[in-house]
Amino acid sequence: MSETRNIIELKNIVVNYDGEPVLKGINLDIRDKEFVTLLGPSGCGKTTTLRIIGGFAEPDEGDIFFDGQRINDLPAYKRQVNTVFQRYALFPNLNVYDNIAFGLRINNVPKEEIPGRVSTALDFVDLAGYQKRKVHQLSGGQQQRVAIARAVINYPRVLLLDEPLGALDLKLRKEMQIELKKMQQQLNITFVYVTHDQEEALTMSDTVIVMDKGTIQQIGSPQDIYNEPKNAFVARFIGESNIVHGVMLADRLVSFMGREYECVDGGFEPNEPVDVVVRPEDIKIRQKNEGIMTGVVETVTFKGVHYEMIVNVSGVKWMIHSTKAAEVDAVIGMEITPEDIHIMKKSEYSEVKEVPFAENGGETEFEEV
Amino acid sequence: MKKYESFPVSPVEKKRRRKRERQAALITSPYLLWMIIFTLIPMIFVVYYAFTDATGAFTINNVKGLLGLEKETQNVIQSGTFIRLDFVKIFWRSMWYGAVATVVCLLIAYPVAYFVSQMRENRQQIIITLVMLPMWMNFILRTYALMKMLEDTGIINTAFTKLGLPVIHMINTPFAVILGMVYNFLPYMVLPIYSVMSKMDYSLIEAAQDLGCNRMRVFTKVILPLSMGGVVSGITMVFVPSVSTFYISQKLGGGTNEMIGDVIERTFLTETNYNVGAAISLVLMILIFICMAVMNRFSEDESQGGSIIV
Repeated sequence: MSETRNIIELKNIVVNYDGEPVLKGINLDIRDKEFVTLLGPSGCGKTTTLRIIGGFAEPDEGDIFFDGQRINDLPAYKRQVNTVFQRYALFPNLNVYDNIAFGLRINNVPKEEIPGRVSTALDFVDLAGYQKRKVHQLSGGQQQRVAIARAVINYPRVLLLDEPLGALDLKLRKEMQIELKKMQQQLNITFVYVTHDQEEALTMSDTVIVMDKGTIQQIGSPQDIYNEPKNAFVARFIGESNIVHGVMLADRLVSFMGREYECVDGGFEPNEPVDVVVRPEDIKIRQKNEGIMTGVVETVTFKGVHYEMIVNVSGVKWMIHSTKAAEVDAVIGMEITPEDIHIMKKSEYSEVKEVPFAENGGETEFEEV
Repeated sequence: MKKYESFPVSPVEKKRRRKRERQAALITSPYLLWMIIFTLIPMIFVVYYAFTDATGAFTINNVKGLLGLEKETQNVIQSGTFIRLDFVKIFWRSMWYGAVATVVCLLIAYPVAYFVSQMRENRQQIIITLVMLPMWMNFILRTYALMKMLEDTGIINTAFTKLGLPVIHMINTPFAVILGMVYNFLPYMVLPIYSVMSKMDYSLIEAAQDLGCNRMRVFTKVILPLSMGGVVSGITMVFVPSVSTFYISQKLGGGTNEMIGDVIERTFLTETNYNVGAAISLVLMILIFICMAVMNRFSEDESQGGSIIV
């Protein structure tokens, strides 16, 4: 990966709207021909970041480079990027053909070249034969495809997509996720995709950029983001997780819930307070007094692929995902392997629950239940 | 890959739709009744009078007389010679004044509507209120005030004289009549255009920029075509009252710039010739209708609704 060039570089981008910081110094390199997703909750600055790349918003500070050239002052219409807008923004007065041909005509592409390219673009989005349709006669999914065709027909170097699947139903959204990924590979260009849907991000992306409150929380592959979340925000936003307060005693040795556990992380200060993350699906249900923790099952919810159980371990609720259900009120053992105990540095997202465990009554609670 | 077609309508949904239609008919019935009594029936009367003579017998000579085709009918003799000689001239003058006033209104209103729609919300409201403010004042009062201002001894020429400038004769000229129309009807051009522009989806403008449009192209390719609905409405709402006005031309035109509205008023009230008056009204109505239909046809491909006629 490292030999590929960066097509877009953002250097210390700061944006304020009416005195409110929207982006607080974004540094971001996007490699050529990569599928990059900006992921975060609404208001995290992901759309603003996209608009800065597209030329629709100006940073108050910082520089933006395209292919090594500083393009801060380059207006949107001169940039080699095209956008698929959130609500598609198809021209309602034009039919499908004229919408798709719009960019070619504006850029003075030879007239005889246009019909061929439009029908190629329509084939590409699987809408062959829709040339004459009016935009309002199309379903949401079809409008979406026209918007994609209208953008990619101009051979952009980078395609920006602003939550393009947000208005579609779940099934169609899943189909489109796979198709978009395929399209990106076929076109062999860079996609910069904005979404608040973590599953979408994990499904499609080469690189996920998790954002919150105008800062980048983590950049990494979907696997990295999921398996090695950098802080409590990322862990909570991507998938479900159990996060508890812990103390790193030494490399590969962490203390939480009043006990010491083996883990695989290191590089912390001795006795550094940390957040400990365990994914619900990484906890195995065992017999009482087997495993590394014991708890009482409070609720069991059927979720389709698995059961979701809330287990009370000494007053701390743990979530477990398992294909096998336990009985409510049953006392169970929980097994977690050292590889599944993820250690994160404390951050502003850590919940401050540093009540020393032993003083809390400790493990004796179970016997009373 | 399957296509996503729209769903067929179920019988239950059909029934529901029919019920909604019945409810809609019930709610609109007072208005329909009003239209029948005060629009449809009077129209029938107009048509009836236009095609009958003083004895009530059917004739097409009223209309023919207006167009200068029938010179010796009883009606023409009764209503004097002006119809035969001047009707066509007065008619063209009305159309011409109406068209000029409409174009001037459009040239003023379009940029105003555009720039106001780009402003911040609360400023938009202030300016739109200012645009509508004159409409809160009586139409006759407004025209009368304008008349006083334009007179040779009016406020404008008094100011000119004090500044050592020559008096400009304005009252009783075509300029005064058209100014009166523009002044009175300008809000009717601003409001529909503004209304379309302020509702325009801003992402369409960004989409155009994204696809390579500079500011000029964004305007000609997106803003202008998408605002055509408002323009058509505005033209209709200015052109129709301009062509048929009589008060403005009387007060500001001083009798030498007589318009078709004046002739209709005179034929009905002074000469009490209902047959010829009705015939003039009918011809005017049909010609306005044709103008509007032609314009709507021109803008049909471009407009996004907002048009109020045909």
